[in-house]
Amino acid sequence: MSERVVDARGSFCPGPLMELISNMKMMSVGDTLELLSTDAGSAADVPEWIKKVGHEMLDTEQDGEGTWHIRVRKAK
Amino acid sequence: MRILVIGGGMGGTIFANLLARRIQHEMKTGKARITMLSASHEHVYQPGWLYVAMGRATPDELVREQESLLEPGIEFHVDPVEEFHLAENHVKCKSGKVHEYDLIVISTGSRPLPEKIPGLKENSINCYTADDAVNFFKQLSDFKGGRIVVTVGLPHKCPMIPLELTFAMHDFIKDRGLLDKTEFYYTYPIGRVHSLENVAKWATPEFDRMGIKYETLFNMKEVDGKNAEVLSEEGGAVKYDLLVAVPPHKGQEVIEKNGLGENGWIPTNSASLHMEGEHGKNVIILGDTTNLPISKAGSTAHFEAETAAENVAAVIKIGRPVRSYDGKVFCFIEAGKDRATYAMFDYQNPPQPKAPTGAVHAFKMAYNKLYWASARGLL
Repeated sequence: MSERVVDARGSFCPGPLMELISNMKMMSVGDTLELLSTDAGSAADVPEWIKKVGHEMLDTEQDGEGTWHIRVRKAK
Repeated sequence: MRILVIGGGMGGTIFANLLARRIQHEMKTGKARITMLSASHEHVYQPGWLYVAMGRATPDELVREQESLLEPGIEFHVDPVEEFHLAENHVKCKSGKVHEYDLIVISTGSRPLPEKIPGLKENSINCYTADDAVNFFKQLSDFKGGRIVVTVGLPHKCPMIPLELTFAMHDFIKDRGLLDKTEFYYTYPIGRVHSLENVAKWATPEFDRMGIKYETLFNMKEVDGKNAEVLSEEGGAVKYDLLVAVPPHKGQEVIEKNGLGENGWIPTNSASLHMEGEHGKNVIILGDTTNLPISKAGSTAHFEAETAAENVAAVIKIGRPVRSYDGKVFCFIEAGKDRATYAMFDYQNPPQPKAPTGAVHAFKMAYNKLYWASARGLL
């Protein structure tokens, strides 16, 4: 099992969710990923996609500098 | 200073030309030397494949001899690098020749890999190579009606191409009088029709106006050619008569083989454009080769190359770089054959696309011809 961090701060295009999807394609089942995003929309659209595909949301939090830290696990 | 540029695409070429003009004196006096190594003697204007796919350009219009684009004094060899020895400051080429350097710029680009999705390559068309673009035109010309499905892989080069292809095909089919026999069905990986929120806000009503149907949160998993169906990771299934793909991309194999970056994308500092890691101090990464979370597009390579060339010239002349890359990208968006708009953004500022106009389309058509001046670092 490995954990990777994807720093998508300041990414408008392709954007945090596209970066997350691209990275999850390179991961193995059970691996975890922490997405760093400055886009408030990530806190909603990442869980939406994770749920639809059937992966696992671990946690979501925003730090004092406004960056969202979204942790997910590849489940399939 | 020995500067070695790996890759004769947009990033490497603009960098080398801009730098050569800034350090003419140093090159003439032997204090600096620029060498470029490329896998091909040709330079291709890749955004032009869209026009080939629509029968509005032919492949030969998009190709020039690479050497003809380079400033005098730049040494050019068609000899692809096979081994990067960054700790020892040298590379080894296919010919066996070793090139030493003081600074290396890696701009090797990316490649479409439709074969990454089971069934995609053999059951879809795309426009990422000359042959594929010509085949695209032939299949679209032979299309007699039915359902055209657009499917998008990740990551991919040129973020605007899913929209541009859809609008262009709509015009193409309309001109042939087949619109009433054709259904357009556009799919996209995230929860709106484009990654850029403001572009999606503009494009969605355009789709509605044109009668283009769309499904979002659709990441293709495989294509069932027997049943003419594309299946998604989200559990969706869409039938097609003609499947138009924006295939997933990877960086070049040589990058992966040398362990420089997963999937061929090299970890890169977003501001300095230097490679991350202990050997990155004299390694600059440009264009698609970076792992930066920004558009894989010629425009990105162009603006990165400008920054890098200014900085390298400044280091040679005054001993330190002068600016950081701010994430600037400028992408035209063809919105049909007579109209276009654009998206300009950077790390801090999202794009604010305007309504498409004929004037922006005319500028895009002019830029397609002016590109060769851009590659020379003149525009």
